[in-house]
Amino acid sequence: MDVRSQISMVFHLDKCIGCHTCSIACKNIWTDRKGAEYMWWNNVETKPGTGYPTKWEDQDIYKGGWEKKYRGIGLKGAGRRKGLFNIFHNPNLPVIDDYYEPFTYKYLDLIESPDMDDQPTARPVSLITGKPMDIKMGPNWDDDLSGTPDYARHDPNMKGLSPAEQEALFQLEKMAFFYLPRICNHCLNPACVASCPSGAIYKRGEDGVVLINQEVCRAWRMCVTACPYKKSYYNWDSGKSEKCILCYPRIESGHAPACMHSCVGRIRYLGVMLYDADAIQDAVSNTDDDKDMINFHLNVILDPHNPKFIAAAKKNGIPDSTIKAAQDSPAYKFVKEWKIALPLHPEYRTMPMLFYVPPMLPVMASLTETNNKAQAEKMDPKAKVWDDNWLYDTSTEDLWGTIDEARLPLQYMANMFSAGDTKTVRDVIKKLMAVRFYRRWVTVGDVTEEKTNTILKEAGLTAEAADEIYYLTALAKFDDRFVIPAAHREQALEMMEFTGDAKGSMGFGFKEPPKRGL
Amino acid sequence: MDILNTFLFIGFPYIAIAVFLIGIIYRYRYSKFTYSSLSSQFLEGRRLYWGSVPFHWGILFLFFMHLAAFLIPDSIIAFNRHPVRLLVLEIGAFMFGITVLFGLITLFVRRINNPRLMPVTSKMDITLELLLLTQVVLGLLLAFTTRWGSTWFASVLSPYLFSIFTFQPDITAVSAMPLLIKLHLIGAFLIFTLFPFTRLVHMLVLPLQYIWRPYQRVLWNWPRKKVRDPKTVWTRFRPKNN
Repeated sequence: MDVRSQISMVFHLDKCIGCHTCSIACKNIWTDRKGAEYMWWNNVETKPGTGYPTKWEDQDIYKGGWEKKYRGIGLKGAGRRKGLFNIFHNPNLPVIDDYYEPFTYKYLDLIESPDMDDQPTARPVSLITGKPMDIKMGPNWDDDLSGTPDYARHDPNMKGLSPAEQEALFQLEKMAFFYLPRICNHCLNPACVASCPSGAIYKRGEDGVVLINQEVCRAWRMCVTACPYKKSYYNWDSGKSEKCILCYPRIESGHAPACMHSCVGRIRYLGVMLYDADAIQDAVSNTDDDKDMINFHLNVILDPHNPKFIAAAKKNGIPDSTIKAAQDSPAYKFVKEWKIALPLHPEYRTMPMLFYVPPMLPVMASLTETNNKAQAEKMDPKAKVWDDNWLYDTSTEDLWGTIDEARLPLQYMANMFSAGDTKTVRDVIKKLMAVRFYRRWVTVGDVTEEKTNTILKEAGLTAEAADEIYYLTALAKFDDRFVIPAAHREQALEMMEFTGDAKGSMGFGFKEPPKRGL
Repeated sequence: MDILNTFLFIGFPYIAIAVFLIGIIYRYRYSKFTYSSLSSQFLEGRRLYWGSVPFHWGILFLFFMHLAAFLIPDSIIAFNRHPVRLLVLEIGAFMFGITVLFGLITLFVRRINNPRLMPVTSKMDITLELLLLTQVVLGLLLAFTTRWGSTWFASVLSPYLFSIFTFQPDITAVSAMPLLIKLHLIGAFLIFTLFPFTRLVHMLVLPLQYIWRPYQRVLWNWPRKKVRDPKTVWTRFRPKNN
């Protein structure tokens, strides 16, 4: 057993309002540079939608992630053989048009234009060529289901949904969507690290942050292919790949990363999880069935209260402050204790350490067949409201029926969060609904106690757990959401050895300007 | 003429070697960030295939054949003793030369025609492209006109190059060579001179260690295995934790 600690994240999708504040916070700090304009280390997608880069989830196109081989697993589009043979031309590399061509506007023309008959305009110019261009795509081009026929209908997660279900999803009256904020998952079995021929990418042992050493990266660009989440980006100007660094300077000093700190909906949680590094190899390669991956994944994560694991962690040099943080970790509670957070696309077998609480709202909303004409007649002409629950059914009569008739089919959620296994997602949503019923009993009181207890029991929760989930979901303060052990001063590199020796290999601290070579 | 020959075939190669060695080491030590293949596939991917792949595989083969003729001339001559083998070698090498030429022209046309690629094209890239193009055309011409190159290279030029590396330069044979061959040699020295100042440095960092390193890579700020156990005695190695 080799116990290590990992900074892990939970995003509560029910609370995400899709404001993109996280993306902007990240962009202003890290990617506001030439060659990085198109990069969004943090981006927020509308689901259903094709995402960024377009259709990134379709691994038949991008060949990202791991796949089960006869023995163990192998990289789908990179790896030793494919990586070295395709080094002169990588057939699976997305190009800039799969993201979008970065652009700006010639704002100066607005104020420096000579006196004319017509108003001056600010023409869009490409940030690559500097020439005027037609904008064909931009960040969040398909935000809020815009351009549904072109984007949302081509969502790779639609597979397994019947044509009728898909059609129903895009009826104007029935449209439902939710937001999916994404950053680097800082995986336990990172495909980018494995694919890097130069060995520039590495996982930090202390906190599991995955970084690219800019001095070692040689633009063999295999990581862009290998990462199934497309969270490794190629800087076309400097000729180096870059990715989310989880704001490690902030993490080290005990602060929340910029995207998490700035989150308006307070959807983000960050905490430490202990895991068994020796168990990873078996966990990712043991099963043929993608649906089992979640269980294997969760088994690698250890209980920080178990004295046996604490002893093993201490033996491995994990400081007490980190163990304490792991015990208080909100991420551990969501993922292991309550089991209401799921990894995004576990079938890629990278063991992402960013978990999502699936959204309930598109599920809760009702599904009664709509007859527009009949509904229009029912509307109160003065108040312009309907006095029945035809669209948002908030009745407490039916317990779980709404889940199966959800506006956003369960199969869709399952394709995203549990490799297509609807049972896992249903269990999670049942728990989330049970907490709502429970709180309704506490605050409104139109549900009986018996019924509440039945619901909790069926969902597999206790009243205490429901209280805790409610607290961490709705009330949690900053220090509850972010439990980050600061790095230990006495372990700082400067205290131990000549920094010049170590920092080169650790990927930070170079003095030369990051200028493109000849 | 003698002075010019002396400079071009004694002075110039030594300058080239010195600049090459000092240049690559200096650049690696003090400007490591600039060691990159500077791939432009991200901006344009489809045409690159028809340029990059034939160019790279072709030039790899040609480079190793030149190296072989330099390092093991006797074996090459022995190999060429049979006319069929000589023909196979010569025609094969010539085909690879054509491949490289095709690749270089495709790459050049791609660079010029795509406005997106101009911002990532330096003057040195254009210089290098033209230099390589000239060198390949010269090579193809002399392979066609002065046959059979693989044999005379091994018997005439290899001793000359050897004399350079053993610091006893002997240019009697080279001075008598036709102009094409002299130009090809000068081109080679020029490429070596410019090498540290171009993107060619990426071939020095070819990631061969990828073949044997384990896939996953974990680095520790505080390397657990290297940290000195306080109970052990001091060794001659510098302890890591004090």
